[in-house]
Amino acid sequence: MTDKTNSLLYLDGVSVSFDGFKAINNLSLVLQQGEMRAIIGPNGAGKTTMMDIMTGKTRPDTGDVIFDGEIDLTSHDEADIATMGIGRKFQKPTVFEGHTVEDNIALALAGSRGIMATLFHRRSEAGEGRIRQILDTIRLSHLRGNTAGNLSHGQKQWLEIGMLLAQDPKLLLVDEPVAGMTDSETEATASLLRDIAEDHSVIVVEHDMGFVRELDVKVTCLHEGSVLSEGSLDHVSADPKVIEVYLGR
Amino acid sequence: MILTHFLKKGLTWPITLTILIILAIAVAVPFSNLYLDPAHPLHVPNHLVGLFGKYLTYALLALALDLVWGYCGILSLGHGAFFALGGYAMGMYLMRQIGSRGVYGDPVLPDFMVFLNWQELPWFWYGFDQFWFAALMIILVPGGLAFIFGWFAFRSRVTGVYLSIITQAMTYALLLAFFRNDMGFGGNNGLTDFKDILGYDIQASTTRAGLFSASAIALALGVLITAAITGSQFGKLMIAVRDAESRTRFLGYRPEMVKLFAFVVSAIMAGIAGALYVPQVGIINPGEFAPANSIEVVVWTAVGGRGTIIGPIIGALVVNGGKSWFTGAFPEYWLFALGGLFVLVTLLLPKGIVGTVRDGWAKLRPAKQAPIESDTTQKPADQANSQPQAAE
Ligand SMILES: Nc1ncnc2c1ncn2[C@@H]1O[C@H](COP(=O)(O)OP(=O)(O)OP(=O)(O)O)[C@@H](O)[C@H]1O
Ligand SMILES: [Mg+2]
Repeated sequence: MTDKTNSLLYLDGVSVSFDGFKAINNLSLVLQQGEMRAIIGPNGAGKTTMMDIMTGKTRPDTGDVIFDGEIDLTSHDEADIATMGIGRKFQKPTVFEGHTVEDNIALALAGSRGIMATLFHRRSEAGEGRIRQILDTIRLSHLRGNTAGNLSHGQKQWLEIGMLLAQDPKLLLVDEPVAGMTDSETEATASLLRDIAEDHSVIVVEHDMGFVRELDVKVTCLHEGSVLSEGSLDHVSADPKVIEVYLGR
Repeated sequence: MILTHFLKKGLTWPITLTILIILAIAVAVPFSNLYLDPAHPLHVPNHLVGLFGKYLTYALLALALDLVWGYCGILSLGHGAFFALGGYAMGMYLMRQIGSRGVYGDPVLPDFMVFLNWQELPWFWYGFDQFWFAALMIILVPGGLAFIFGWFAFRSRVTGVYLSIITQAMTYALLLAFFRNDMGFGGNNGLTDFKDILGYDIQASTTRAGLFSASAIALALGVLITAAITGSQFGKLMIAVRDAESRTRFLGYRPEMVKLFAFVVSAIMAGIAGALYVPQVGIINPGEFAPANSIEVVVWTAVGGRGTIIGPIIGALVVNGGKSWFTGAFPEYWLFALGGLFVLVTLLLPKGIVGTVRDGWAKLRPAKQAPIESDTTQKPADQANSQPQAAE
């Protein structure tokens, strides 16, 4: 019970099925305020679907999804949830390809989302500073005026992380951030996420075990829509069930 | 203050130039028509004033479509409906101005109502004897229909082909409704035999020149507003919605509201275009609701270049100019030519005339290594420009 009110995110008994196929099956998961969590698990385990549920894209058939101790996420839509402070990076990097790198960040930048506010929007000194700072962090300052569609896969991943930063959410959901990255980019991403986790809560889904080790946080392994094992990376990777369905293959 | 900033932001040099050219045309064509000797080589004869005036309203209609299609990804196949509704609102005003000069001489009832043995004016004709009321309806009726239609369609997340089909169904339904005599809009004959507009004889060449100028000024205003909207943060959001709608939701935006706003503004522009069209052609009938009309607007916009402001204007002028010539030369083949043009443009010039010229121009310019550099040098200048305005 205390988990429900103290935690940042609380999932209990969540199930969802697509045409009879249970993608998420009685899933329970608790994320503390300020915590970073890594989620691993084989393809089709339901990791992305779990994020769909947390962001209002998919409605669970049953179960509780509580944000910040009191908000029932199942009764809100994507835009509401984003405004309440959950940001998301998609598995397939999704940026606005026709816009410049700068405009992608500017659109994500926290601020009023209304029609009049955007029609008459004028970028403030502070907003400009924030954009510059984010571009620095994601190492895309030199590509500021470039069309996002022309970025490399890895750069798009970073741009999308930059958009997350610009949103400044309480909770960041990051789906496979290092897919398509070189080793050095992967390392840099791990250190970036550790920095972000200093003052944000984060859930990272990733298959790259080296990367997960770098993050050095509690790990949850999903399998067939529910939690198979949870704990330190050493604990989880020594778990015979995890070895059998995931690591051992 | 905030509004001037909003409008100024849209005024890039190509837009300013476009507006100036249109305004110059608004003065030059009526001047040449009214004051130059008919033998003068630059004299514009009456029939061309009417024809070009009609093209200008088509250009405004194409610009309106481009705002939703080119910038927001809503392929409306029913924009002719908003144009026609604006036209009917103007037509109702013009009918009431006829007064007792109709064939039946009834001081209140338009001829077609007398012919149908109606005893009194239907309630929805009230007020149309006043120009201000008609002007309000020219805005409210197309805008209101777009709002109601968009509210349901966009909120139910109807997109793509399905949305296009229901816009087409909308204009088709209106076509059938307006064909009916008992609707009270003149059935298949529509509204015609207009006499005066604002007290001026609608046939007089001065009035026609005035209508031409009004159409050009409306187009210039349309350009200014479209440029301001698309140049704002909202305009960037429209493009984001066009390219990755669901992504905008996860940033906290409501794409259905973005589309609704664009759709309503666009419908109002189309309605104004229709209202200026009707007094120049002298008739409005249900044929204006024909689905094929709306599709033609799509062709103009595609030919000129969607997602650009000048493109739809050029497209409307070029295609309609071609149509006037073609229907004179080979009347039976116009529809084939139009269809062929659309296929050719889609295959060979997917960005239309303006988009292709712009890309070609960008390529011709000495390839500076980094577009990044030109952009960073541009930014401080931009800021410097906006500084003094902040103090206004
Ligand atoms: N909208 C949907 N309709 C039908 N089935 C779906 C839908 N979304 C997900 N699924 C199914 O649910 C299961 C879980 O998918 P999910 O994408 O969550 O897996 P994942 O753990 O993210 O896998 P990966 O590591 O490959 O990204 C898969 O079998 C998938 O096919
Ligand atoms: Mg996934």
